[in-house]
Amino acid sequence: MLKAVFKLFAVSLCLLSGLARAAEAEPVRFALIDPLTGPMSVVGQPALAQLQFTAERLNKEGGMDGHPIEIVGYDNKINPQESLVQLQKAIDDGIRYIIQGNGSSVGSALLSAINKHNQRNPDDRVLYLNYAAIEPSFTNERCSFWHFRFDSHVDMKMNMLTDWIAENPDFKKVFLINQDYSFGHTVSESAMRMLKEKRPDIEIVGNTFHPLGKVKDFSPYISKIKSSDADVVITGNWGQDINLLIKSAAEYGVDVPFLTYYGSTPGTITQVGDKGVDRVYLIAEYHGDFTDPEIAERQVALYKEKGWDYYPRVAAMLEMMKAAGDKADSIDPLAVAKTLEGFEYDAAGGHLTMRAEDHQLQMPLYLSVLKDNMKHGAEGTDYNFHQVAHFDADQATLPTTCRMRRPD
Amino acid sequence: MSLRLSPWRALAPWLISLLVLLVIPLLVSSNGTFSIINLIAINIVFALSYNMLLGQGGMLSFGHAVFFGLGAYGAIHVMNLIGDAGYDGQGFWAHFPVYLLPLVGFATGALAALLVGWPFCRRAGTAFAMITLGLGELVAAGSQMFPTVFGGEAGVFSNRMVGPVWFGLELAQPADVYWFSAFWVLLAVFAMWAFTRTPLGRMSNAVRDNAERLQFIGYPPRNLRFLVFIAAGGFAGLGGGMAAVNYEIVTPESLGLLTSGLALLMAAVGGLGVFYGPIVGAIVVTVMNSLLSDYTDASILYVGLVFLAVVMFAPAGLGGGVEQVRQSWRRGELTRQLPGWLGGAVSVLLIALGLVASIELVYQLSHGRDKLAQVLGLQPDPSSPLVWLGVVALFAAGYGVARASKNYREARS
Amino acid sequence: MLEIIVFSTLNGLLYGLLLFMLSSGLTLIFSMMGVLNFAHASFYMLGAYFAYALGLHVGFWPALLLSPLLVAGLGAVVERFGLRRVHEHGHVAELLFTFGLAYVIDETVHLLWGSIPVSYTAPDYMRAPLFSLFGTDYSIYRGVTMLIAILMFAALWYLLKKTRVGMMIRAALTHGAMVGHLGHNVPRLFMGVFAFGCALAALAGVIGGPLLSTEPGMAQSLGPVVFVVVVVGGMGSLLGAFYASLLIGLVQTFFVALDVSIGDLLNAVGFAVDPYGEVTGITLASIAPMTPFILLVLILIFRPRGLMGELEP
Repeated sequence: MLKAVFKLFAVSLCLLSGLARAAEAEPVRFALIDPLTGPMSVVGQPALAQLQFTAERLNKEGGMDGHPIEIVGYDNKINPQESLVQLQKAIDDGIRYIIQGNGSSVGSALLSAINKHNQRNPDDRVLYLNYAAIEPSFTNERCSFWHFRFDSHVDMKMNMLTDWIAENPDFKKVFLINQDYSFGHTVSESAMRMLKEKRPDIEIVGNTFHPLGKVKDFSPYISKIKSSDADVVITGNWGQDINLLIKSAAEYGVDVPFLTYYGSTPGTITQVGDKGVDRVYLIAEYHGDFTDPEIAERQVALYKEKGWDYYPRVAAMLEMMKAAGDKADSIDPLAVAKTLEGFEYDAAGGHLTMRAEDHQLQMPLYLSVLKDNMKHGAEGTDYNFHQVAHFDADQATLPTTCRMRRPD
Repeated sequence: MSLRLSPWRALAPWLISLLVLLVIPLLVSSNGTFSIINLIAINIVFALSYNMLLGQGGMLSFGHAVFFGLGAYGAIHVMNLIGDAGYDGQGFWAHFPVYLLPLVGFATGALAALLVGWPFCRRAGTAFAMITLGLGELVAAGSQMFPTVFGGEAGVFSNRMVGPVWFGLELAQPADVYWFSAFWVLLAVFAMWAFTRTPLGRMSNAVRDNAERLQFIGYPPRNLRFLVFIAAGGFAGLGGGMAAVNYEIVTPESLGLLTSGLALLMAAVGGLGVFYGPIVGAIVVTVMNSLLSDYTDASILYVGLVFLAVVMFAPAGLGGGVEQVRQSWRRGELTRQLPGWLGGAVSVLLIALGLVASIELVYQLSHGRDKLAQVLGLQPDPSSPLVWLGVVALFAAGYGVARASKNYREARS
Repeated sequence: MLEIIVFSTLNGLLYGLLLFMLSSGLTLIFSMMGVLNFAHASFYMLGAYFAYALGLHVGFWPALLLSPLLVAGLGAVVERFGLRRVHEHGHVAELLFTFGLAYVIDETVHLLWGSIPVSYTAPDYMRAPLFSLFGTDYSIYRGVTMLIAILMFAALWYLLKKTRVGMMIRAALTHGAMVGHLGHNVPRLFMGVFAFGCALAALAGVIGGPLLSTEPGMAQSLGPVVFVVVVVGGMGSLLGAFYASLLIGLVQTFFVALDVSIGDLLNAVGFAVDPYGEVTGITLASIAPMTPFILLVLILIFRPRGLMGELEP
C-alpha cells in the first residue's frame, strides 16, 4: 500500500516536471550524493551551492551539449550504506552522473557499487565524479574506468608540501599529527617516506595519532609539539579536529607553520580567526587572493546568494564536464567518459589535464597561508588564504600503478 | 491471553505477510524502491532483535549495533572467502552459497554476545544501559585501529555474485536481492516470534517484570538475561549478514552509536509492548530517513519530533495504536470508538501541520531558502504576519479538535 | 620532562574541572529524580549558544549570568510539560524522552545557528597570559575557568550539605514519599532541581564554549563522556563526580603525553613482542580518548556502585 502511494506520488511528480519542461531540450542531470542534513552538512551544502551556481551560469552558455544542466542533491548523512540507497534512487531517477566528495568510506562504497552496477547493467552506465575523496588507491590499485577524480590525491599534495619543506633549510624538525584512521595514516606514512627521500637530514620529532573527532582538548598534544621543538607541523586533520588543534596552538604560542589539507573547510576560518593568521597553511587548487577578477566576482556573488564561499575545483569539474560533453557531442556517459580521458581544460587555478591512464586530474597546486585584511575574505570575515608558493601540474604529478580495464 | 487460537487464526498473520511479500514485486518495478524495501527488511530484523532485549527482557541497550556490525563483518569476510575459493573451486567455502550468509552473521553476532555478555548481564536498567554504551563506544573507536579486520575508514567490500547459485537465484539487481531479503526477513521474524513462545522467551518477560521473584523461585535472572542477550545478538548479526549481502560493503559506522540509536528509535516508535511494533517502527523510520530529506532540509528534526511525540503521547508506540484498534474491532466496539479516535488523529494532523509550517518558515528565515516550499511550489513570505497567523490558526484548530474529541471519548466511555 | 609533567597536570586539571562542571548537574538530577538525562549535554550546548547570542548584545559577563538563567527556564518547562508526563511510564520512558529531546535540541540549534561553528570567544583581556612557565603562556581565561569550577564545587557542596534545601533534596533522594508527607511539594522540588541542573550545564557551556568550540556537534561529542563521569564517580555522589572528572582529565592528558606503545609496555615487563605490529603498535596516545569508556566498563564490572556511590545503578 505504502509503496503504491509512493509510486503514484513519484509518477505524478515526474508528470508535472515533464510537462513543465516539454518545451526545452531534455536536461542532463547530475546527482550530488553528500551529507546535506545534520552536522556534517557543512561539507556537503557548499558543494551543492557551488554546483547549482555554476550550472546556472553554464546553462546561460547553452548547457552541456545543448542540454540544460540540472543538479539534484541526495542526502547520504555521510553514511556509506545510506549512500548506496541514495545512489539507487538517483539511478532510478534517470541520473547517470554521480558527484560525491566527502568521506573516503562513502567514496569506497560508491566506487565499488558503481563498478558493479556498470558491469551488471552494460546498457545503462553511470559515471562517478569525485571531487574530494583523495584516498590514493582510487586512482591506483582500485582505479576504474567509471571513476574520475577532480582533486589531487593525498600523495600528490604531500609531494608538494614536502618539496616546500625540503627547499627551506631552516626546517630541521617536523612534527606529524593526524587522526587515527586510514586517511590520517596515509598522510603520516607518505610524509615520512617523502621527507626521508628529499631531506634525509630532517628529523621527524613526533608522529602522533588521535582518535577521529573525539578529542575535546588539544592542549596535551600542543605541549608535546612545543616540547619537541618542531619547526613545522603537518596535519591532515579536518572538522573540529583542526579547529581545536589550531586554537590550542595559538593559545600556547606555538608559532610554527601548520601545513594542512583542510584548513579551508567551512567553519574553520570562523572558528580559528586571528589565531590561524600566519599559522595555518593550506595546500589546495587555488588561493584566497582571487587574482582572477572574474572568479573574484563569482566569489562575491555566490556568497551573497547562497552564503557559501567559492569552491574552485567543484566549479572547474562541472565546467570540464560541460566542455567534454560539448566536444563529445553527446551526454551519453560512455561517450563523455571516453572524451574525458586526456581532456584538457583551463580553469581558475591553471591548466588541468585528466590523465587517461588512471583518471586522476593533473592540476597545479598552491600553498597559501591565512592572512587578515584580505580583499576577499572567506565566510564573511576578513581572513583568507594568501598564496605562498605555486606548483605546476608536472611538479605535483606522481606515477600510477593503475591497470585500467576499459569497456569495449 | 489468547494462547489457544484456532490454527487458522494463528496462521493468518503469516499467510498475510507471505502474500504481501509475494505481491510487492508485482506493484514495484524500480530498483530504487526495491533497495529501500531491502533496507526496511534489514531494519525489521535489527529492530525486532533489539526488542528482544528492551521490550521483552527489559534491558535498555545503547550498544546493540556492535552485534549487527560484527555480524555484517563476519558475513562479508566469508563472502570474500567464497570469492577467493571460487577461483579453483576447492574447499568448503567454494560450496557455500551467498544466500546462506545471514547464518554466518547470526553465528558471529551470537558468538560476540557470548564472549562479552556475561559480565554485562548482572543488572538490567541503568547499569546495563551504561555498560553497553561503553561497549559501543569502545568497539566503534577500536574498529578504526584494526584495519586488517575492519578495513579502516573505507570498510571491507566484496562481491555478492560469487559462489554456487541455488535454484537460479542470482543476486545481481536490487530486485533479485528482494527475494533474498523477503526470505530471510520472514524466517527471522518467525524465529523471533517463536522465541517469544518458548519457555525462555516467557521467562525473559518475567525477568523484566520482577527479577527478584524469579531469583526466589530458582531461576537466576542473570543466566536468563545472558541467554536473551546472546539470542538478540545473534538476530542482530543475522540482520548484519543481510546488510552485508545487500550493500556488498561494511564500514565501521555500522558498529557505532548512531546505528545503535537507530535500533532504539525504530523499536520505540513502533512500540515495545507489541510483537509487531518494531516492524511498524522499522518501516516508518526507514522511510522517513531515506525519503524525507528529498523534501526538506530539516528531516532529522522531524524524526526526532516524531520520536518525542510517540514517547510522550503514545507510549505504546504506533504498533500499540494498531493493537488497540484491533482489540476494539474484535470486541465489536470499533464503530463506537472510531469517531473519537479519528477526531484525535485529525487534531494530531492539524498540530503537526502547524509545526511543519513553522519549522519550514524558521528555516526559510535563517537560511533564506526552503526545500519543502520549493517542492510544493509555494512561496510563503516568512516575514508576513498573515502566514504566522495561519500557523497559529492551525495550532488552535488542532487544540480545539483535540479537546472536543477528548470530551466525546469520555462521554462515550 | 618536568615541563611535560607540569603542563599535563595543568591541562588535565582544567579539562577535569570542565567535565565536573558539566556533570555535576547531571549527578544532581540523577540522584534526585533517577533520570539519566541524555539531553544534558544538549543543555550545555544551549548554554554556549545562548551566551554567544546574548553576548553580541550585552557583553560576555552579563551573558555568563543570563544564559544559565534562560536554560534553567527551559529546563523547568521541559520537566513540567515533558518529563512529568512520561514519569508515570517508568525510567525507561524517561530515558527515551531525554534521548529524543537531545535529538530535537541538537537539530534546532543546527537550524537556528547553522552548521558551521560560531565565533564565540572570551573577551580580549582574558586571553592575556596569567603566568609563563618554560616559555609557555597560561592564559587568564584558563585560570578563571578553574576558579569558577572550584567555586561552583564549593557552593554546591555547601548547598547540599549545609542548607535546608540541600537536606530536603538529600531526603527526597532516599525517602521521597516521606518528604511529600511532611508537606513539601515534591514535584516542584523536582522541577527546581532539574532546572538547576540544566543551569549548571549551561554555565559549563558558557565557560567551555570559547575554550573548546561552539558548534552544533558539541553536545553529541561530549555527551557520552558525561555519563562516564557520573557512573564512574558513583551515581548521585557529587564528590565522586568531582574525583572521577579529575581522574579522567588527568589520565587522558598523561596518556597523550607518554610516547609509548602497547608493545613497548609489554616488552618492558618482560615479553618479547614486535613493537610495530597491528595490536602492539597502538600507542597510549591514540587510545587516550577511549580511556573514559574503558574505565566505565571496568568500573561497572568490578565496582558497580562507582568510586563514591552509595547505591548501585
